[in-house]
Amino acid sequence: MELTGAQILLKCLEEEGVDAMFGFPGGAVIDIYDEIPNFSIEHILVRHEQGAIHAADGYARATGKTGVCLVTSGPGATNTVTGIATAYMDSIPVVIFTGQVPSPLIGNDAFQEVDIVGITRPCTKHNYLVQDVRDLARTVKQAFYLARTGRPGPVLVDVPKDLMSQKCEFEYPESISLRSYNPNVKPHIGQIRKLAQLIKKAERPLIYSGGGVISSKSHEELRWLARELRIPVTSTLMGLGAYPGDDEELWLGMLGMHGTYCANMAVNNCDLLLAVGARFDDRVTGKISEFAPHATIVHIDVDPTSIQKNVSVHVPLVADCKSALAALQKEMKSIKGEVNWQRKHEQWLEQIIEWNRLHPLTYIDDEVKIKPQYVVEKIYEITKGDAIVCTEVGQNQMWAAQFYKVKEPNTFLTSGGLGTMGYGFPAAMGAQRAFPDKLVVNIAGDGSIQMNIQEMMTVVCNKLPVKIVILNNGYLGMVRQWQELFYKKNYCATCMDAQPDFVKLAEAYGAAGYRITEKKDVEKVLREAFEVDKPCIVDVRVAQEENVYPMVPAGASLTEMLLV
Amino acid sequence: MKHTLSVMVENEPGVLSRVAGLFSGRGFNIESLNVAPTLEKGVSLMTIVARGDDAIIEQIVKQLRKLVPVITVKDFTQVQAVEREMVLVKVNAEDSKRAEILRITDIFRCKVVDVSIDELTIECTGDHGKIKAIVNLLSRFGIKEIARTGNVAMKRAMQID
Repeated sequence: MELTGAQILLKCLEEEGVDAMFGFPGGAVIDIYDEIPNFSIEHILVRHEQGAIHAADGYARATGKTGVCLVTSGPGATNTVTGIATAYMDSIPVVIFTGQVPSPLIGNDAFQEVDIVGITRPCTKHNYLVQDVRDLARTVKQAFYLARTGRPGPVLVDVPKDLMSQKCEFEYPESISLRSYNPNVKPHIGQIRKLAQLIKKAERPLIYSGGGVISSKSHEELRWLARELRIPVTSTLMGLGAYPGDDEELWLGMLGMHGTYCANMAVNNCDLLLAVGARFDDRVTGKISEFAPHATIVHIDVDPTSIQKNVSVHVPLVADCKSALAALQKEMKSIKGEVNWQRKHEQWLEQIIEWNRLHPLTYIDDEVKIKPQYVVEKIYEITKGDAIVCTEVGQNQMWAAQFYKVKEPNTFLTSGGLGTMGYGFPAAMGAQRAFPDKLVVNIAGDGSIQMNIQEMMTVVCNKLPVKIVILNNGYLGMVRQWQELFYKKNYCATCMDAQPDFVKLAEAYGAAGYRITEKKDVEKVLREAFEVDKPCIVDVRVAQEENVYPMVPAGASLTEMLLV
Repeated sequence: MKHTLSVMVENEPGVLSRVAGLFSGRGFNIESLNVAPTLEKGVSLMTIVARGDDAIIEQIVKQLRKLVPVITVKDFTQVQAVEREMVLVKVNAEDSKRAEILRITDIFRCKVVDVSIDELTIECTGDHGKIKAIVNLLSRFGIKEIARTGNVAMKRAMQID
């Protein structure tokens, strides 16, 4: 059957099981929009292309599926770049379709022309400029395959306008064979045995889990390993939820710059560090030469470039985390009887309790002022940890990571690698579209929420009842914190005391708005906001100069923590 | 340390820019780069010379392998390989100096490919050292122009201990 390029593209999306895509129309993609009503894919019209890509990313993180966004050429395409880089840094599968000017005009500085393939080369896993309508179906198939396999990531497909109206026979390839792309997903069994022996010997083992555990869906294997062998677990920001944050015995909290005292001390004292799907980011390691100084380091990662990149690893294991942990589980079961795991790490776990007792994750509460940590704790209490929580970037993000005990994977969506302010709200929008009946809460700062506030209209129009809780301290808080601690309180350009009235703003969009200025109202108003059946903003006026602690100053060792 | 990398790639638009961008984006420097089609249709061979310590080169090789259009990456530093460069040198050659220039050309088994009243253009092929040596020798006559390929390399069929 002959179809036009526009029909082929949409048919391919149906074949890939795409039920929703986020986008914004324009001249170069108008043919696709003309066909959308004839297909089963819901199109969610955003108010800015950055909203579209973050929403597709949020949808992908919440579901574990591939997110899709569609934008026009030129400015439409460039507006997605921040979101593409965000997805790239956090290894999120997203396919981005950009319109391009008609083929004969490419390279002629045509109206709304930009070399988006060139621009996004360094921040996509791969990208394509389709030059023949007959290549379109195969390209789309490849794009989805690349986005979700190996180390996932964003893939961009740039389609010239004239291809959209050209016709060819539609045939969707059943399989993909790329001779140059063969991610190594199966672990080397010799390395697995070596690792099993290391675990058997270790006195003070520690699991350091990252986002790769979530994207490979290997949290069950990780939990088995920790619980059966009684190994404590710490995690990166991206790994939150792989291990339940409410397990008070084995869960140490996040490590690194704003990690817990206990997790950082455990890294410093462990004799075996099992890194799974984590990449030793500088926010995690602190001073590299003093990172895990007494440990044999084992690193499981599907991406060979992550191994030996930042720290020297003793046992590298290139494999998909799920296959590797499943193989390890099998191996450990076969030697299980040889060790009394219930007792083996008793001393080590006692030491961990002691560290937690000495410096628990805490804050100095106040009778009058509303502490932002208190608000996050209340959100956790009210939602019982069953919500999907998104964050913006900065202090709000760190307080959310510290005080919201994420229990399940895919329920804590945050921009880890790129640190994109303005990410949380549109990501929440994508997550809410994926799970219309779940409570989706975006924990925001007053600075970052203003970066994509225009999407209020999208959530109102699409009846996506996202809850935005602004921890409003009138500052770009994290930069202000650095200025306070390391720049002699020179609060240059971080004071945001000129603000919109967020309650009126919410109401202007047709959403609900609440303001909390007194501590006694926090719980009551949050409950009301979470129950209302429409999107809302809760503007919480929190203590202005509250800081995120613990804090490891940049470049210091993990043991050099500033505590509350 | 200098490394010669032989990179087999799918011959598709943008592949050169992907490879070059990988180097520039990560702050690695390319010393020379050569690309040409191979016998196999749709496949090109890049020979890249780069400098760096072992950790940097390991990252480069891994990052190259991660690029979708890259089929294979070989580092010729650890194996015996034939390596060649070519240079065209246009050199001042007045009558009084011409004989000596031709003698050097002869010793280096080079070819004169263009002649005028006061200039000679010489083609020389060889490994990096040989090219460096002849350029050095000719420079005292006054080199007017130089065009140089990067390295091309091939693993020796027989590896001798």
